[in-house]
Amino acid sequence: MPYQIIVCGGLAPDPLQTLEPVNGAASPGLKNEMMLPGVLDPWASHALYEAANLARQHPGSTVRLVSLAPKAKLQQVLMTVAQKLPFELVALDGPNNGFSDANETGKALGEAIAKIELPMENVLVFGGWESATRGSGVVMQIVAERLGIGDVFLAVDEIKVEEGGSFLVKERVEGGKHMVSRCAAAPAVLAWATGNLAEPPNHPQTGMANMRVIMPSLQKATPTAVGTGMAFASASLPKQVRETRIVKDTPAGEIAREIAEWLKQ
Amino acid sequence: MEKILVLIHTAEGGSLPKAALETLAAAQSLGGEVVTGVFGEGAGSSIGSLAVEGGAFAQARYATDAAACEALIKASGAAIVLAPHTSRMARALPGVAARLGGVADTHVVAVNTPDGAVQASRWFYRQRIEGTFSRTARPWVMLIEPGSYEPVDAAPAAAVTKLEVAVGSRTQVVGYESPETGEQTIRPDAETLFVAGAGWTKKQKDGQTHTPEAAELIIGFVRGAKSSLGSSKSLVDMGSEGQSVLPFLTHLHQIGQTGSTPRHRKGLATCCHGEEPHVVGWRFIRERRAVNMDANCGWARGKADVLYVADAFEVMRELNRLLG
Repeated sequence: MPYQIIVCGGLAPDPLQTLEPVNGAASPGLKNEMMLPGVLDPWASHALYEAANLARQHPGSTVRLVSLAPKAKLQQVLMTVAQKLPFELVALDGPNNGFSDANETGKALGEAIAKIELPMENVLVFGGWESATRGSGVVMQIVAERLGIGDVFLAVDEIKVEEGGSFLVKERVEGGKHMVSRCAAAPAVLAWATGNLAEPPNHPQTGMANMRVIMPSLQKATPTAVGTGMAFASASLPKQVRETRIVKDTPAGEIAREIAEWLKQ
Repeated sequence: MEKILVLIHTAEGGSLPKAALETLAAAQSLGGEVVTGVFGEGAGSSIGSLAVEGGAFAQARYATDAAACEALIKASGAAIVLAPHTSRMARALPGVAARLGGVADTHVVAVNTPDGAVQASRWFYRQRIEGTFSRTARPWVMLIEPGSYEPVDAAPAAAVTKLEVAVGSRTQVVGYESPETGEQTIRPDAETLFVAGAGWTKKQKDGQTHTPEAAELIIGFVRGAKSSLGSSKSLVDMGSEGQSVLPFLTHLHQIGQTGSTPRHRKGLATCCHGEEPHVVGWRFIRERRAVNMDANCGWARGKADVLYVADAFEVMRELNRLLG
């Protein structure tokens, strides 16, 4: 059965960048935020790779990326992401940083997906289980509520479609284990952890084909005001600084004894 | 002070997760009226004055858990809802908050009332920036991060109101599985976290890789010290890229920006450079030591208490011998 797979994904600063909060008029922001190199959020990326993999296994399926982010920055990031796999884009032009309200973001994404007016019986909504910015893990459930989907899976590492349209889902739970559930059929919302797929290599032809569809979508990006219901009292870097003692030119046996003593304390 | 609901679920056999009693402590620290609502197996004989129980609620599923939580929040009339950040609550509660016209915040590490109004503290950008904020929307659902409060004792409720909730689900839990083929190496309650970095699979002094010996040394330490095993993203990713890897490592072991943020008292990193995306996962590890050949690695720049500049193979051989 072909699926209509919607992937929700925002942007995040490149993980190697230094982040420093600054006070804004309504909420904090990041110093030089628009200058920081960005990436598609890591968990949303995993969701996108899994979506493409599932679409390949079920011919006729389509993958749409629904993204709420500043349009100019989204265009930069998609120049790379578009080379990895085929997808269509639904762009919402709005704020997307760690201090934006995940609850409002969820509502905006839910509305945007509802407006696509897809027949729900073969819709799978994918996304990251948390973002590298807000790290909240609430957006996908809010999207599910807006779309009236009652089967939601969080921290998913695997989906296996069975004959008849049911599917098995593995979700991460406490203690390094997976909970395995069987869902009768789509629609469902799956918020992905890392999954099991490697990052696809860049494929310039795919990139060119994608950008022909993506650029018009970016130009039509809906300006989306995301309200913030949060009043920040503070946002600061952690103060903890460690004085690192560096032990060099010491025999391995002596180091091992020191570590063993420390472990016993 | 607004009315507070402590919303918890039972674990297998009707027991309570430790995080539930920590959440109760968080609620009590705020003062004011605290009501406890419990759902799941044996909820009616647990610590809650409100309960939802029955076969449908024994399984951790979104539809049934959300229905139970919705009923408990409505019945309590509470404006503030505190719940432990377990996988079950994290799945269900944000949707319930939206359903009730409220808001949800997760990974909350502290709650307080400096001016009489409730404030929550949590981390942003994966433990890189700390923020404190308040909200006006109600109900305000907050998931309290395990390990943020000392658990309190709680006795079974004197009188329990059992709520009838009728709901079905198209999802059935069919079981649990551990991704490792061998023994359990992720132990959230362990005193020490042991992190293996990508250096274990690189060429050593003799120009050869020694992955089987690395695997033996790592698993030997994890057994001997009864520690929990973690890894850096680069090492875990090697498996998906077809390179030689340590067979017992999966993405579940990954610590850092795109991995977990465990809470152990001590952490020992080996053959790992201590780059920021990995070290953000160490935010709650209080005592940190590292063994690495590079004296200028990230650990040396204020990220560890002690950095041993040494060959991890030699150190771990000796350490495993000492640990017996």
